[in-house]
Amino acid sequence: MGVEEIDLKAEETKVKKETLIEGGSKLSLKRLIPVPILRNLLLAIVAVVIFFFLSGHLSAYRNYQLSQVGPYVLAILGLSVLIGQNGQISIGHGALMAIGAWSLALLQIHTKLPLGVILLLATLITTAIGGVLGLVAARLRGPYLAGATLALALGVPDIATRYRSLFGGYQGLQINPPSPPAFLGANFTPQQYLAVIDVIVIVIAFIFVANLVNSRIGRDMRAVRDDEIAARLAGISVQRTQVFTFAISSGLAGLGGGLLALVASNVSPGAFSVTLSISLLSGLVIGGIGTMAGALWGAAVMVYVPQWATTLTEKFNMNQGIAANIALAIYGILLIVIVLAAPGGIQGILMRLKGLISGRGRQRATKG
Amino acid sequence: MTKLITLLLIGASNGLIYAVVAIGLVLIWRSTRVVNFAQAAMAMFSTYIAASLIDRKVPYFLAFILAIVFAFIMGSVIERTLMRQAAKGTPISSVIVAVGVLITLEALAGVIWGANLRNFPSHFSLVEIKTGGVKLGISPFDIYIFVAVLVLLLALVYLFQYTKLGMMMRASAFAPEVSRLLGIRVGRMLTLGWALASAAGAVAGMLAAPRVFLFPNNMDAVLVFAFTAAIIGGLDSPVGALIGALVMGISLSLIGGYLGSDLENPGAFVILVVVLMARPQGIFSSIAERRV
Repeated sequence: MGVEEIDLKAEETKVKKETLIEGGSKLSLKRLIPVPILRNLLLAIVAVVIFFFLSGHLSAYRNYQLSQVGPYVLAILGLSVLIGQNGQISIGHGALMAIGAWSLALLQIHTKLPLGVILLLATLITTAIGGVLGLVAARLRGPYLAGATLALALGVPDIATRYRSLFGGYQGLQINPPSPPAFLGANFTPQQYLAVIDVIVIVIAFIFVANLVNSRIGRDMRAVRDDEIAARLAGISVQRTQVFTFAISSGLAGLGGGLLALVASNVSPGAFSVTLSISLLSGLVIGGIGTMAGALWGAAVMVYVPQWATTLTEKFNMNQGIAANIALAIYGILLIVIVLAAPGGIQGILMRLKGLISGRGRQRATKG
Repeated sequence: MTKLITLLLIGASNGLIYAVVAIGLVLIWRSTRVVNFAQAAMAMFSTYIAASLIDRKVPYFLAFILAIVFAFIMGSVIERTLMRQAAKGTPISSVIVAVGVLITLEALAGVIWGANLRNFPSHFSLVEIKTGGVKLGISPFDIYIFVAVLVLLLALVYLFQYTKLGMMMRASAFAPEVSRLLGIRVGRMLTLGWALASAAGAVAGMLAAPRVFLFPNNMDAVLVFAFTAAIIGGLDSPVGALIGALVMGISLSLIGGYLGSDLENPGAFVILVVVLMARPQGIFSSIAERRV
């Protein structure tokens, strides 16, 4: 009883604080720093610094687990911009992750560029390829686009097995995991370093997407999503907006793929099956389409549900192969239930709970 | 030259299997404007049912029919419980729910029957027939595929062209409101459409399994090939889907034979994109309206 009460109170004060911030009172951060981009930057730097110190207290395994979440956050964020903001569907973002991953691997093997530059280049390469694919995608709608992207997801991994000398065939390519620079001290583990890289990359991507979504281009995306004819009448180029969104979304997936390559220190066709693409779609829907926090929930589900399933199967002495399938079954069932019963996903449910507590539920619910 | 003929025959035989899946997609598209991305997974699941029946010493053809009955029921249940709800949402919700069914069935199959490859009996020999020392390039199994697909197609043509039930199904797909006014239970017709598509899928699954083996993802590629075939045919023409499927089967067989089997899946993507760009309404569609 007692604990629950305290929890509720803590929630209440938290909500109150947030209403204060939103309301623009004297304490508001909005008032303190009126420029949104500076405000976001400040929050981002605070987040990175906090995580930097926090990561030192986590075990190597926890850090590794956290760094596994990062790639999926980015890919789901990309998918979220595409589906949530622009109304284009993709069952092929796993293929775009693959393009980013192989770009990173090839750059790391054949050049001596620093890690940041390689990640940026891998992102740009995937963005460019995504732009070309976007030209096709912009002419397709609904199930046609879904089918075409599914075909992409099926086709891309086979390119790697076909051109063995370049892409490494079934075994794929090995990547050297990045080693932490010396100034971070001897106690700084590679796992911790990866987790920190992850958080920095995610924070940058979040700032980028937050600004994009609130910009004119973001409004164009939503206008095209809601009514193409009306958008065209308002002077928006539907095709250009769609191609642009597909390119940006691909870039984010490519960046995620690059991170995945770093975390796994290997890029092989088996890691980028059709199942990955479908899992990303599941993660997006489960987390909440169109919201940025939803990408975090979705990615967490993608990493922690399979691990939870593995512990479960070990407990009951079941076959290892079953664990992966239990996780997939959970995604599938959640996917169906959420689309039919709670289209906002986890983030939608959280927002509704928050709304109920603060008594502003109705306004919030209709907003989403 | 013999290689070419062999590839053409294998391609045609595979094409017939894609045709059955593609016709399932067309059946559902015509009545509900949904592309059933779960079509191939449903086929895989029914094939596993047949496989476990055969493991329990049930004769091949009895298992075949029982699996079709199972597929029929599964199709109606999925339509009734899930797809009808999804249809109330945005067009994307139907796609996502179908993908949800796809992944759930694949995962369930993995949990129940394990994720490893297994054999599926072909009942007929897969070895080429020889007459007087000359290989004909086709096996008894190919003939069986041909006969089974032909019987299935004729049955569907008969249903849709010559029976009252088929007419009612076509009417509900074409004009649901008017059909409802005329006393047709449109909802039931939609369920029946899904049930038939699922049953056809089961036939395709059991015909495909001896060649591609049986495992939870074994029909993923077939789904993409059949989808492409249906698109070539315009998505709403069963005959178009059949021709599209033969085109796909033969093209992929040639790509696999001359360029390498790793290029079959990328090849399917290229064919799909070219068709969608050049003639999005399909080559055989009677409808001039652009639906893409």
